[in-house]
Amino acid sequence: MLSTRKLLKLLKRASEKWPSAEIDWEASDMNDTTTVTAHQQVPKRKKSKFEKAISSKSFWRGVVALIGFVIFWEICSRFKMWTGIEVPWIGKVPPPTEVLVAWSDVIYMPGYWESWYLSTGRVFAGFIAAMVFGIPFGLALAVNRYFRDIFFPPFEVLRPIPPLAWVPASIIFWPTSELSIAFVTFLGAFFAIVINVVGGAQSIDIRYLRAAQSMGATQWHMFSKIILPGTLPSIFTGAAVGMGITWEVVLAGEMISGGGQQGGGGLGFFIWSSFMGGTVPQVVVGMISIGIAGYLCSSLIRFIGARSMPWERLF
Amino acid sequence: MTQDTNAKGAISIRNVTKIYDPDGVNVMAVDDCSLEIAAGEVCMVVGPSGCGKTTLLNAIAGFHSITSGEILLDGDVLCGPDKPKADQGADRMVVFQHGALFPWKTLAENVAYGPIVQEVMSKSEAMDKAHHMLAEAGIADMGNKYPGEVSSGMARRAEIVRALINDPKVLLLDEPYRAMDALTKSIMHESLLEVYDRTKVTIFFITHDLEEAIFLGDRVVVMTTRPAKMKKYLEVDIPRPRDFRTLSSNRFRSLVEETKDAVHEEAVKAFEAGEREMA
Repeated sequence: MLSTRKLLKLLKRASEKWPSAEIDWEASDMNDTTTVTAHQQVPKRKKSKFEKAISSKSFWRGVVALIGFVIFWEICSRFKMWTGIEVPWIGKVPPPTEVLVAWSDVIYMPGYWESWYLSTGRVFAGFIAAMVFGIPFGLALAVNRYFRDIFFPPFEVLRPIPPLAWVPASIIFWPTSELSIAFVTFLGAFFAIVINVVGGAQSIDIRYLRAAQSMGATQWHMFSKIILPGTLPSIFTGAAVGMGITWEVVLAGEMISGGGQQGGGGLGFFIWSSFMGGTVPQVVVGMISIGIAGYLCSSLIRFIGARSMPWERLF
Repeated sequence: MTQDTNAKGAISIRNVTKIYDPDGVNVMAVDDCSLEIAAGEVCMVVGPSGCGKTTLLNAIAGFHSITSGEILLDGDVLCGPDKPKADQGADRMVVFQHGALFPWKTLAENVAYGPIVQEVMSKSEAMDKAHHMLAEAGIADMGNKYPGEVSSGMARRAEIVRALINDPKVLLLDEPYRAMDALTKSIMHESLLEVYDRTKVTIFFITHDLEEAIFLGDRVVVMTTRPAKMKKYLEVDIPRPRDFRTLSSNRFRSLVEETKDAVHEEAVKAFEAGEREMA
């Protein structure tokens, strides 16, 4: 923890230099008092997000847990080599050191980065299309009774169909496999977003609507100033869930479509071809890459969410 | 009562009945209720829980329709036999039970909302006025905070300011200070009285708290248990301005006792009726 203190001092100096780096954010941890006491003599100044994260106990707990997990994995994987006894499941997985070696090889392969690029592109294509169609559709379902009466029943029948069940139909619908994958991805996110938007818009407190109406709000004002901001938290929840589903669907789609000339590549195909080619560490590299990609995507959504809903940061 | 001759906001509630019809079972919420509220009067309505006080308020505000009878504002029919549901309008502003400031707007933006959507002021004018009025209400530096960032007392004050900026004839308050501690409540009361002295707006105030009712009101109306009728009218002859010392005066105590008897009787009835419905 000594190095932590040093790091903190450095950071403090840095953020004094660049005060713009101070972003107020939700307090993720209440019990960071131990490290804070040293600061309290400092004239009142809000701590930067990074500074706060690094001085919180839960941050370091997370770091220790991750390191502990990797060490545990290493020991279990190597257990057979040392003692001849195989640890179930984990014993079959290559140890993290081997994965790292495989990764360092892969990093110089343009195919690996191309896989990232292709998968991310597909995820965002499907996801953005789902947002563009899903948010207005969901709001219309919530706001207009006739629209709901007509479109909600077919929506509810289509919703339980898993995205992967759409794969054959999608191949028939679209000329290229790239479009087919994008369509299946779109469906995965679309239903999650719509159902969240409908739920969010319908659960807006009636008192807000009444208050706005009493104050003379027009239909458009009701929609743009009350219903839309009131639904925003649910829109972001739907987006986060939808983003998770698109990653699932894209990878499955890529595994199915294979490395053909048209819809090939992608992280899903990367894993599958690594598996077929017999390099297990590379499979793990692919898996972890997906974990990182998913984490980055959901962080992006959280970031945009916090930016567009300043009032939500208080809680 | 001495009233300004040009004061606006007289409400006449004439023989109003409201029957709810959930699942084909008629529930009479308000039964032949009549009440005259003078312009600029503070009318406090007390009665047991679920007795139909809020139903009456909703009818005046235009949230619900009435089954029969009529309600007039300054002689104009708000709702009656030809028009069971009143239009919602900025002449009757409601302050809700648990507060209804828009959480996604700052306090000043909340206050400025009415003039902006009614297009009576430009956005910057409205914001200036909002800040000014918040300052008058004693929460000047809270204007740029979100409702989630301020205490419930401040939020409620801002909500009353949000209502007042529309220059309403009537302020309809539905237990606005419920679930507040006694100290906050008494601060709220003084600030409401201060607002009233300045604006002389007609106030229709629903509460469970008898001391609150007598401290604030020109008149206290006790309602019976469901279906709601007027049981008792009580003129509060304590001179204004009132402050916390009023609370310990003999006249205040005897008025509280008088009201308590009437309300307690109804509360017992309501409780017994509840027991019967359960059985």
